[in-house]
Amino acid sequence: MNRRLRRRLLSGAFIAATALAAVLVLLPLVLILFDLVARGASSLNLEFFIRNPRAPGQPGGGVANAIVGTLIIVGTAAAIGLPLGIGAGVYLAEFGHGKMGWLVRFVADVLNGTPSIVIGVFVWTWMVRPMGHFSALAGAVALAVLMIPMVTRTTEEIVRLVPGALREAALALGYPRWRAALSVVVRTAWPGIVTGALVGVARIAGETAPLLFTALGNLNFKTDLLEPMQTLSLQIYVYATGPFAEWHRLAWGAALVLMMMVLVLGLLARYVSRTRFSGGR
Amino acid sequence: MLAEHVSPAGAEIDPKLRTDGLWAYFNGTAAVKDISLQFAPKRVTAIIGPSGCGKSTLLRCLNRLHELVEGASVSGEVYLDGRSIYGPDTDPVELRRKIGMVFQRPTPFPTMTIYDNVAAGLKVGSRRYSRAELDELVEKALRDAALWDEVKDRLRDNPLRLSGGQQQRLCIARAIAPRPDVLLLDEPTSSLDPAGTQAIEDLIQELKRQYTVIVVTHNLQQAARVSDYTAFLYLGELVEFGPTATIFTRPRSPRTEAYITGRFG
Repeated sequence: MNRRLRRRLLSGAFIAATALAAVLVLLPLVLILFDLVARGASSLNLEFFIRNPRAPGQPGGGVANAIVGTLIIVGTAAAIGLPLGIGAGVYLAEFGHGKMGWLVRFVADVLNGTPSIVIGVFVWTWMVRPMGHFSALAGAVALAVLMIPMVTRTTEEIVRLVPGALREAALALGYPRWRAALSVVVRTAWPGIVTGALVGVARIAGETAPLLFTALGNLNFKTDLLEPMQTLSLQIYVYATGPFAEWHRLAWGAALVLMMMVLVLGLLARYVSRTRFSGGR
Repeated sequence: MLAEHVSPAGAEIDPKLRTDGLWAYFNGTAAVKDISLQFAPKRVTAIIGPSGCGKSTLLRCLNRLHELVEGASVSGEVYLDGRSIYGPDTDPVELRRKIGMVFQRPTPFPTMTIYDNVAAGLKVGSRRYSRAELDELVEKALRDAALWDEVKDRLRDNPLRLSGGQQQRLCIARAIAPRPDVLLLDEPTSSLDPAGTQAIEDLIQELKRQYTVIVVTHNLQQAARVSDYTAFLYLGELVEFGPTATIFTRPRSPRTEAYITGRFG
């Protein structure tokens, strides 16, 4: 009886401890969201979305250039990074048993741990300096470099989850190796791969450091990939550290919009993964 | 090599498939040892033996699936219609289109519909089929697999909605749709309930009218029920091979007798 009581108490204590940890994990997220809505929501009006920034200190103006810039740079980064990352991940899972696979995996892991500002400096050295000017393209490349190892590794993990029996069934049916990999294994893993890709995009959407030396930022509305371009993250960085109350207000608004974008990507990823990755039973 | 397995069984006609001194290895360890066997055309040959005796590995050498496992290798010869399948001019991918295979657990492709599963082997071949031809071949394969009546109204459904036994018959339909020469069944009923098992066994009897069937099973009653010839493997070696009736009633080898009477394995 005594032992049973002791066990119950211990069990209760551990459950309480894990529950506490879960709450503590959620707390920052809830606070951030709450704060952003409380301070940023009032800035969100039509002008905020369709106007560009005004001269420093003047009231009004918006962040249309930063919203469009974010979409362009993140979109370009995804266009570069997703095919490479997914391709490399499929290679690792399906063919990466040898030394080459080991090497790619190792490099991806090291790159995954590389601070994003280092990647920014790297792209500055190899793109911005030779080209002679900052550009949205350089920013997109920096974000792509950041995203590729993440997408590679998640793709590999997901493809590995597909039962080997499916691959064998395809091979036994006379599928060539590459076709078994693509039209059976990758196709089965596809919802999971898309989820991983969306998470990767969401992860880079808010990056600031790699863009400081590459996309630089721009007060004007730009759509040319070869010119410096503004993003929400850069705008937040400049406005939040600036001296004007009006800037601070816009920074809160921009932060809320950026957060919403990431949230939508996250929800989308959730939805896609729920549409069922049903790799056998 | 054991003297006692020498048997004239199946030799009266030209074999469809024949192994000659076949060895199969995993990382240098032999799992199949010097096996010479003949598979008669349009007959069912059962390969029996205790777990780990190499029967699945032997089967997987017949469509060159074994060599795809990391660390696996093969020596010796396998002849399909008298032509070496391990010869330099045999393309394993082409070969596998001539030799269908069904696995222990049903393996329908979950991203394809029931129809597309059956058509998968047809679409991957070098020949292009018209829509009408595909419809016809898919229906025929499903009828031959005794599944047509159950799925004809739900060809666009996901195959995972089918029962385990239906899924396995779908896999048989998928394997026979390209009209292979040989059908390999690797313990096709081991994951099924008695009703599903019964359906597959009946089907095997039907299939041998058109195909050379080789079935690996650990279920002795099943081998006795469905096969014309039986090969008994033990520890990678062929102990005895002959007509099923002979193997089960008058085995030559004491080890075969011990196994079929349930004294080991």
